Amino acid sequence: MSILVNKNTRVICQGITGKSGAFHTKGCKEYGTKMVGGVTPGKSGETVEGLPVFDTVEEAVLQTGANATMIFVPPPFTADAILEAVDAGIEVICAITEGVPVLDMVHVYAAVKRSKSVLIGPNCPGVITPGECKIGIMPGYIHQPGKVGIMSRSGTLTYEAVWQTSNLKLGQSSCIGLGGDPIVGTSYIEMFERFEKDPQTEVILMIGEIGGDAEEKAAEYVKAHVTKPVAAFIAGRTAPPGKRMGHAGAIITGGKGTAAEKVKALEAAGIVVAPSPADMGAAVAEALNRKK
Amino acid sequence: MKIHEYQAKELFRVFQVPILQGYVAKTPEEAQAAFDQLGGSLAVIKAQVHAGGRGKGAFIEVPAQRGVQLVRSGKEAAEAAKNMIGNRLVTIQTGPAGSPVHQVFLEQGCQIARELYAAVVLDRAAMKPLLMVSSEGGVDIEKVAEETPEKILREHFDPAHGLMPFQVRKLCKKLNISGPAAKNADIFFRKLCDFFVKLDCSMAEINPLVITKDEKMIALDGKITFDDNALYRHADIKELRDVAEEEPAELRASNSGLSFVKLDGNIGCLVNGAGLAMATMDIIKYHGGAPANFLDVGGGANTQQVTEAFRIILSDANVEAILVNIFGGIARCTTIAQAIIDASKEVGFKVPLVVRLEGTEVEEGKKMLRESGLAIISADDLTDAAKKVVASVGK
Repeated sequence: MSILVNKNTRVICQGITGKSGAFHTKGCKEYGTKMVGGVTPGKSGETVEGLPVFDTVEEAVLQTGANATMIFVPPPFTADAILEAVDAGIEVICAITEGVPVLDMVHVYAAVKRSKSVLIGPNCPGVITPGECKIGIMPGYIHQPGKVGIMSRSGTLTYEAVWQTSNLKLGQSSCIGLGGDPIVGTSYIEMFERFEKDPQTEVILMIGEIGGDAEEKAAEYVKAHVTKPVAAFIAGRTAPPGKRMGHAGAIITGGKGTAAEKVKALEAAGIVVAPSPADMGAAVAEALNRKK
Repeated sequence: MKIHEYQAKELFRVFQVPILQGYVAKTPEEAQAAFDQLGGSLAVIKAQVHAGGRGKGAFIEVPAQRGVQLVRSGKEAAEAAKNMIGNRLVTIQTGPAGSPVHQVFLEQGCQIARELYAAVVLDRAAMKPLLMVSSEGGVDIEKVAEETPEKILREHFDPAHGLMPFQVRKLCKKLNISGPAAKNADIFFRKLCDFFVKLDCSMAEINPLVITKDEKMIALDGKITFDDNALYRHADIKELRDVAEEEPAELRASNSGLSFVKLDGNIGCLVNGAGLAMATMDIIKYHGGAPANFLDVGGGANTQQVTEAFRIILSDANVEAILVNIFGGIARCTTIAQAIIDASKEVGFKVPLVVRLEGTEVEEGKKMLRESGLAIISADDLTDAAKKVVASVGK
């Protein structure tokens, strides 16, 4: 078992004829993902990596039975691409694109929540269930099928956590890159809900960062609803206030959303917090041992 | 991206957000002419910098001159402008070096009955824009938020149809605004929210927002931040960027597509990914060091970009060692290795260089570095890297 995607997931790539779209379609296919096609308006009839290209997502779904998509279209067209996938009834939408205007996401978020689709991203590495299905840009070989459910707002920091848990032979059930933008499709809480129900997941790692209050809200949720052990790390303990650290999300203002506040909230919920990013794997192991 | 007050007011005029008459001036003569053109017996002259706290701020070169001043004649306006233009204004938000003033803004005076505060921001938690209004105008809003949060009224709105009239009625009721002022408030708040949405702002702050004795509602100041990701659809706003207001190294980085923030430590960092870059700063501090910068080379960085990143880091005289931390996903370790080799040829590393590579093409990357003959301290993992770089500056 896993969450969101597995070996039966049928994946298309929106923006498949672009450089990144084609490159990562190849990477996902080589990993073993069931890639079934792609979409680029005006390019139907072409093939990329041996896969058929369609003009619309609706057509791609009809022809291939796709139920997941990864989106690589440029930022000005990302909102449209996500809404097209929602309209076509795609279940899991991973928007990898970085740089989507935030007000576009206000509309998109509302539309996604009215639908049955799950949106991961934008500005995220994607989703992987090791050994079964990789949708996105993460290096596949660092993953290992196993028991840790990982979710994060940062891409490379997730790789770091994956690497550490693989080295400890814990492996991962599924890894979800939620995305670094102020508005993303899915919250930690929705993923906690899924990881809690997933029998393969024995322990959950949440990688957060400064800014906002998503980590604090997740901590409250964990305290009330999660029976599995949870570990966490918060990036940005040393970030100066008011400065934007790459992710638009990582801005702290006026003492709100600081790392110290977040760590306090997490620990109060019984979550093992890694003191340094090198200790994320160790924190997961400790959470497993503690078994609440 | 931020803009100056006078630019914000120009945009307010276009979007019918009520403002006073005002003119920008680049010389004392222009300031004098602007005063005469305003035609009143009183005007306010304001130094144009992006930072807040101008009223209490002072000039390095002319310590008696504040950033905002009342003037009663064209001559007074010219004198104040002379003190301001070409000099550096220090406020609580600029840091001790201050910001250079290249122009001033002259605005009509008005009879103020009440001072309020208003801001439109994006509320990440609610995933919607939010209008905040406070009865405590003209003061530090963070202080109000901390000490008397009940004094900040909040109304979320849907960008598709904007702020609704009933929401303004709610605000007016709580703020004790009635009669013609309430009618003017309806215009003001709804136009401001419209402005926020149409121009893709991430913040539009009016402090103070005043109600005049003749019951008009007017923006006396305007601090606007635009969503950088949306600038592609606002070519005219993109042109309002004032590079003189930006930290030179950060500007250089942004021109090369790098994300860079200067800090005051002595360990330069070069990392891929914002989260990992923040975590790298954290682990340096955890092991007793101090990061000199945040630098994210991004996923698709090429050799030129990475070489430029090294140049930017090395241009900081405080840097005594550099830590490179790469977890290759899209970025390949070989790209980084090549960039290190190129940069060393071009700029030369006079400070210790600790390199930790992991991920895509790691073995090839490590091999390239070994064979380059460069004096590189290689690290096996994050902790090892942090300890080695901290030790190297301690020597």
